[in-house]
Parts: sequence; structure tokens; C-alpha cells
Amino acid sequence: MQEYITELSKYGITICMMLYTVCCFVSLWRKNEKVHALYVLQSILLFLMQLILFLNLALVSGNMKYVFFYVFVQVFLLACLVMVPIIYEEVNRPLLNIMCMLIGIGLCIISRLSFNKAVRQYIIVLMSLTISLFIPYLLSRIKFLKKLTWIYGLVGVVVLGVVLFVGEYTHGSKITFTIKDITFQPSEFVKILLIFFLAAALWEKTSFLRVAETAVIAGMEVIILVASKDLGSALIFFAAYVFVVFIATRNYFYLLLGAAGGCVASYAAFRLFEHVQTRVYAWRDPWAYIDNKGWAVTQSLFAIGSGSWFGMGLLKGNPKAIPYVDQDFVFSSVCEELGVLFGICLILVIVSCFFMIMKIAIQIHDRFYQLIVYGIGIMYVFQIFLTVGGGINLIPLTGVTLPFISYGGSSCMTTMIMFFIIQGIYIRLQKGGGKYVGRKKAENKANGQQT
Amino acid sequence: MEERKQKTRRMDSKPEIIISGCFFLIIFALLIGYLVYFVSTSEQDMINNSYNSRQEILLSQNYRGSIFSRDGDVLAETQMDAGQNETRIYPYKNLFSHIVGYSTQGRMGVEALANYYLINTNTSLNNKVVNDMAGVKNPGDNVYTTLDVEIQQVADEQLSIYKGAVIVTEVKTGKVLALVSHPDFDPNEINDIWDSLINNDSSSVLVNRATQGLYPPGSTFKIITALEYIRENPNTYNNYVFGCPGYFRFEDSKINCYHGSSHGQVNFEKSFAKSCNSSFANIGMGLDRTAFADTLDDLLFNRKLPLTLTYAKSSVQVSEDISDDEMMQTSIGQGKTQITPIHLNMITCAIANKGLLMKPYVIDRVENDAGNVVKAFKPSGYGKLMEESEAEILKSLMISVVESGTASKLKGLSYTAAGKTGSAEYNNVKGDSHAWFTGFAPAEDPEVCVTIIVEGAGSGGDYAVPIARRIFDAYFREK
Repeated sequence: MQEYITELSKYGITICMMLYTVCCFVSLWRKNEKVHALYVLQSILLFLMQLILFLNLALVSGNMKYVFFYVFVQVFLLACLVMVPIIYEEVNRPLLNIMCMLIGIGLCIISRLSFNKAVRQYIIVLMSLTISLFIPYLLSRIKFLKKLTWIYGLVGVVVLGVVLFVGEYTHGSKITFTIKDITFQPSEFVKILLIFFLAAALWEKTSFLRVAETAVIAGMEVIILVASKDLGSALIFFAAYVFVVFIATRNYFYLLLGAAGGCVASYAAFRLFEHVQTRVYAWRDPWAYIDNKGWAVTQSLFAIGSGSWFGMGLLKGNPKAIPYVDQDFVFSSVCEELGVLFGICLILVIVSCFFMIMKIAIQIHDRFYQLIVYGIGIMYVFQIFLTVGGGINLIPLTGVTLPFISYGGSSCMTTMIMFFIIQGIYIRLQKGGGKYVGRKKAENKANGQQT
Repeated sequence: MEERKQKTRRMDSKPEIIISGCFFLIIFALLIGYLVYFVSTSEQDMINNSYNSRQEILLSQNYRGSIFSRDGDVLAETQMDAGQNETRIYPYKNLFSHIVGYSTQGRMGVEALANYYLINTNTSLNNKVVNDMAGVKNPGDNVYTTLDVEIQQVADEQLSIYKGAVIVTEVKTGKVLALVSHPDFDPNEINDIWDSLINNDSSSVLVNRATQGLYPPGSTFKIITALEYIRENPNTYNNYVFGCPGYFRFEDSKINCYHGSSHGQVNFEKSFAKSCNSSFANIGMGLDRTAFADTLDDLLFNRKLPLTLTYAKSSVQVSEDISDDEMMQTSIGQGKTQITPIHLNMITCAIANKGLLMKPYVIDRVENDAGNVVKAFKPSGYGKLMEESEAEILKSLMISVVESGTASKLKGLSYTAAGKTGSAEYNNVKGDSHAWFTGFAPAEDPEVCVTIIVEGAGSGGDYAVPIARRIFDAYFREK
């Protein structure tokens, strides 16, 4: 009996995910985000997939704890999908749906890898949502966000600097802090500060001098991150900086300068730091270093190769052979047990999410908020590229998480806050607050924006 | 005014946002493309890698499938005792030791090549459920090879106690019909004899000499020197004449004919048929070394072979920089040149097949336990190693070797054979030479290609050609 279910559910899961992906792209094409039938279909697919995934886990393991966990997860997802639109009527449904989808897949995969971690992750997700729910409200109330430019910048530098000096080592990088048993990775939260700093600094003035000033702050943050051996975050900060400056100035010269600077800096880092060299050598020929440097990557490639198109089935593979699988290589474990087709759909869902964010950014005519939405979108999609590209050895490993799916409180909370910042700005936009030519001009004037 | 203008310009970043969106679209298209490429090309390699712990997962669910000859004889199978303990049985013992290989001390041969198929199962879902209920493993898929038991037996008997290798392939398909390497071993006892095989390195029993053995090609290399001469003198090669006194001298270097015999006045064909070293050293000295290096490149020297079996790379050094002495030695297949028997077999097959090389292969198809084909392998061409006209000329030269030259033991049979012998000297003491033969039959429409090396036996004409004859006989008798 169990054999039938696991074999058939492989295909069921993949089909659900493919249909879901199609829904995501259809929602992108629509003029507005108010196509209810589509969201109902998306939700049905989400819950159907959750049912199949957890049914599989429970049947194959024969352990009832998965059934309990399933109920908890469904309650959360249902609450999130129902509650948020009630609190904020104008919420962007596609973004909310995708967030729930990713969280659902993440909790399922983590519970397969380590049940205890999944329970912790569940609590973190709950906490994150609780905090995030206030964000759209706060955004509409707080008026001085644009004025805190240098505070964002300095706090960011100081926090990263403090971690560099007094932080703890995690997997060889000095990037974490522990307070009462809870480990934080502050660089995650500083991401938000960087975006706010750039948006505040560049929304009005984009002179060369102003860009140079921001370069000092952003550069310091990147250098501190490289020194802490947090290469992934350093790259994400750098990419976000270059792209936000590009949009703010509308000057392709900065994009070229950024690309050139990035190449020079990467080469310098390669020559100067041994841990960078290790990653590059392991990337160029992981098989030659299979016993040491290349171990993690080759194990990840084994997982993806063994999983093939439809996967080995939940609990049928051996994803724990990959080091740090629940954080840096969660995509590989998804491919191994749920299949590469599922993995590709997952990437496409995330890409559609990125496009949705870009679509929102285009609609906003308040520069400050536009830069924030755009910056968050770039950070998010670039991080996905780093973690997936590293896992399949397209690029050297950087050791960053797959937001919402990987285990990790800081990553999950930061990404959720980012998503709700976008939601907040979107809600403003729907109410006419951020539009250059809005219906509610009075509110525009009250907020003191635009010409 | 200026400021307002700038502000309106800044207002709308739509094109820039769209451009960054497109940029990431391309990046992710590349990412997904690479992922698809990786999975579709590397799945088997990934599962076969011994560092991949997932093999054990498959082996705990399925037992290893069987390996069959092309006529359906069992070459390897897994037998189960009452306690579900598995034993790998090789009914032909030593006969297929290198080509079928073993699977318990690492893997070799077909056991290694087809490992992915053997440990995967495509049995029906119903069977899986029944087996699951009964608590027994699923049968792995079965692999049908291109190997022919009868020809393999003849080759093995004929090679007898000598060290060496025999390869028999189908010219038009690249199917490997037989592959023998001596000394051999009994894969049934591999676990017991493993330590002594590893420690007693001098006889290199575990080396598959047919694909990994590197030998001086000796006179068989004259096929290649002749090809280069024809390429450089397409209209006049037949006018070539040389008076052979039994040796050839160039400045301080001297080349002797085999056993110092003098061949007298020889033309191009006779030089080849009689395998006259002096004449070929003379031809070699007149060749354009850069063009020769290109020809060697065409023939896959110093390069990867289109071969899935584990093999060694043949090596040869020809360039403007080498000395005249080296050039003379190289032209007659001595010097630093080294070749594997399988490589020589591939070149011979290309000559027989109008210049087109078919990729050699051993796995014909994979079937599930019910006999349904899971995957079938088709013959595939690698490409032209030489022009058809060049192949035809070489073929006629190889016919003359049988008709009036060193392979006359193949003359006057029910089929017409063609080939080239070689006696590769491997040290300076006279008489110590490996016996080579590479050739095909029937010459009119070649079907089967045989390459033989007998280590330390003597001349190719005396020791390798008779083996080829028995193998050709067996092939045509079976037809």
C-alpha cells in the first residue's frame, strides 16, 4: 500500500507544484492583483500539496508526530492566508500566497531532516508573522523614515563591527551572537538597514558626491562581512548597493563601475584570503578535492543527480549526507527527494515573486519607497541565485540560506519583515498614498511627497 | 529650471527596473538550463560514484540484476540463499574476467559500466508492492551485452598461456564481440584473491591489457606512416621505389629490417606487405612532420578515445623539434610511441568502414525482470578518421599483406582477410618482441575486426596471425 502511495505521490506533488507555478505567472500578467478565483486555486494546490507531503512523511516513517505537526502547519497557513487579508484588505495576494507556499515547503523539508529543528522553526515563523503584521501599519504612521539616513548606515556598520569583534564562529565564519540560548545572525537584519540607508540617501540627491558617500558606508559593511568570512552576505550587500545606485541615478556608468569594481574586488579577495581560494578551487574541480574542500559540493551534486526528475521520494533519499543541508543546501535536498522538476518549479515560483516585486516597484512613484521595494527584490533574488547556483556548482559556494525554506530564525524573520515592508508599501500604493497622480491627492499633500 | 528638469528625468525608472528584471531572468534561465543539463547528463555518474552513499540505499532495496551475452547466456547473476544472502556468480569463471569484471572490490568492466542499471529496478509497481509485503528485495534490471561466448572462448584458448590481449569488434556497429586479457582471474573468488592480486603487482592481473595496456605498436604503425605518405603524395605514391640492403642509415642513425633480412628492390605496396623497416624509415624521413602530427591527431593519438570502458591514452611524439633518429624510429612504430590494443582496433575498424569510426560499445540493452526493454543502445558513429579514398588504399595494402606478405597464414581461406602484422621490439636484446596483428574480414565487405597482441612471443606473422585465423574461422562458422 505504502509503495503505491509514495510512487503516485511523487507525480502528484510535481503536478501540484507545476500548476502552482503556472498560477504564479498568470497572476503576474493580470493588470491588478484582484483575481480571486486564481488565489482560491493557488490555495487549494497549496493545501493539497501539504496534505500529500505530510501523508508521505507519516506513512513512510510510521510516526504520528508528523500528523500533529501537519495540523499545526495547516493552522498557521490557513490563519496567515485568511487573517492577513482581513487585517489589510489591500494586501498583495500573489506575494502572500508565495510566502505561505515557501514556508509550507520549508517546514515540511526541515521536519524531514530534523523534527526538533522544525518545531523551533515553526515557533520562529509564528513570531516573525506576529512582528511582521505590525509593519504595514507602522509604515503608514511613521513619517520620519526618510530622515534617518545616517542612522541606518551607522547602526549597520556598528552592528556588523561588533559581531566581527565579539561574535561567535558558526561553520568557520564569525557571524553570530547568542543571547539566552537564541542565536542571531545580525547580518541578516542589517540587510534591511542597508536598503533603508540607500533609499533614504539617494531618493532625492543622486550627485556623484552623494553616491560616493553611500559607497563609504556600504563599502565598510561589505569589508567587515568579508573579514568575518561571510562571503555570501558580502556579495548580497554589494549587489544590492550597485543595483540600487543604478536605479536611483539611472546611470549605466555606475552599473559598469560596479561590475568592474566587483571583478577587481573578487580577484583581490581570491588572492588575499585562503577561505576564498578554497571555495574557488572546490568550484573549479570539486571531484579532485572530493575528500576535503569539494566534499560539500560533491555531496550536494550526488543528491541532485540521484534525485533526478521526480525525486527519490520523501525519506527515501539520504540528504543528511550533505553537510549543513538544512541551511546552505536545502535546495539540493528538495531536488533529491521531491525531484529536480519540483526544484525548477520552486525557482520559477521565486522568479515570479521577484517579478511581482519589480512590478510593484514600477507602479510606485515615491522614490524612497520605490528604492526600498526594488532593493529588497534584488537582495532576495540574488540570494536565491547564490544558494541555488552554489548547490549545483554553477558558481562557487557562498553559504547563504534559501529564505523561508532553510532552517534559520534570522533569515526567516528578516525575509518575512522584508516581504511585509513590500506589502506595506503596496497597501499605501493601493490607497493612493504613494502614487504620483493618485486619486487621493489630499493624502499626498499631507504626506508631503512629490513635487 | 535645471533642477526641475533633472527631477522629472529621475521620476520614472521604469526602463531601468525592466532591464534589471530581464538581467535576472537571463541569469535564472542559465541557472535552470545548467541544472537541466547537469541532471540529464550526469545522473548515472552521480549514482555510480563510490562516494555517493545512495548506492547503498538502492542496494538495500534491490538486488543486482544479471549480465547476459548477446545470445542470452548468463555471464553474471546474483543468487539468493534461504536467508536472503546474496552471492554474485560468474558461470564462465575466468573467461570474462576483465570485460564483465567484478562488483565487490570496487567495480570493473560491465559491472562498473552498467552499475546504475543493475542496481536500479524497473519491475512493475505490483511486484514492488508484493515484494515489499514479503520483505524481499526487488530484482535489479538485467543487462544484455554484445559479447559472444563462442568467439570469446576461441580467443581465450588461442591466447593460451601467453600474456596479451585480443579484441574482436563488429566493423559496421562498433559492437565488442570478444575482449580477452591475459593473465586473468576468477571473479567468483575475487574477495579471497584480492589481497594477493593487489600485492603481487608485477604481473598486473587486474589491468585490462586490451584497453589499458600500452605497447609499442611496432610495424602495425606503418599503416599510419603509409597513410601520411599517401596524403602527401596522393598521385605519385605508387611510383615509390627503394632498394633495401637490410638496413637504412641516416647520418649516425641506423635502422635494421626484422632479423636483418634484405628485401631488395621494393615499391610502396611491397614495402608494406613485407613490412620493410628500412623502406619505411626512408619514407618517414621524407614526411612533413607538422602534417604528420595533424594526421596523428586525426587518429586520436594523445587524445581521449570515444570509449566508456576505462582505458589508457596512446601517446606519440612527432613535431618539428624531434631528432632524425626519433623520426626514423617513430615511422616504424618503435621509439617512444605507445598504443593500446583497443585504439589500434578502432583505427583498423575505421579503415574497414570507409574511414568512419563507430564507437565501440559493450552494453546492448537493459531489460526489466519481465523482459521489457528499459533502454536500448544504438550504434553511433564517432566521425571520419580519414577519407574514404584513403581507407580504400590502406585496405588494398592490407590485402597485399595477406596475399603476398607477412600474414600469408591467412591466405587461401573461404574468406579473404586483410591486415597488418607487427613485431614490436621492447628491449634491445634481439628477438624479444611482442607479436601484433590487426585486421578484418571479409576484405570485400568487412564485417569483423580483430586485434591481437601476444607479449614476448616473437614475430606477429608467426604468433598473432594464427590466432586471428582461428577467430575469423569461428566467426564465419557461427554465421
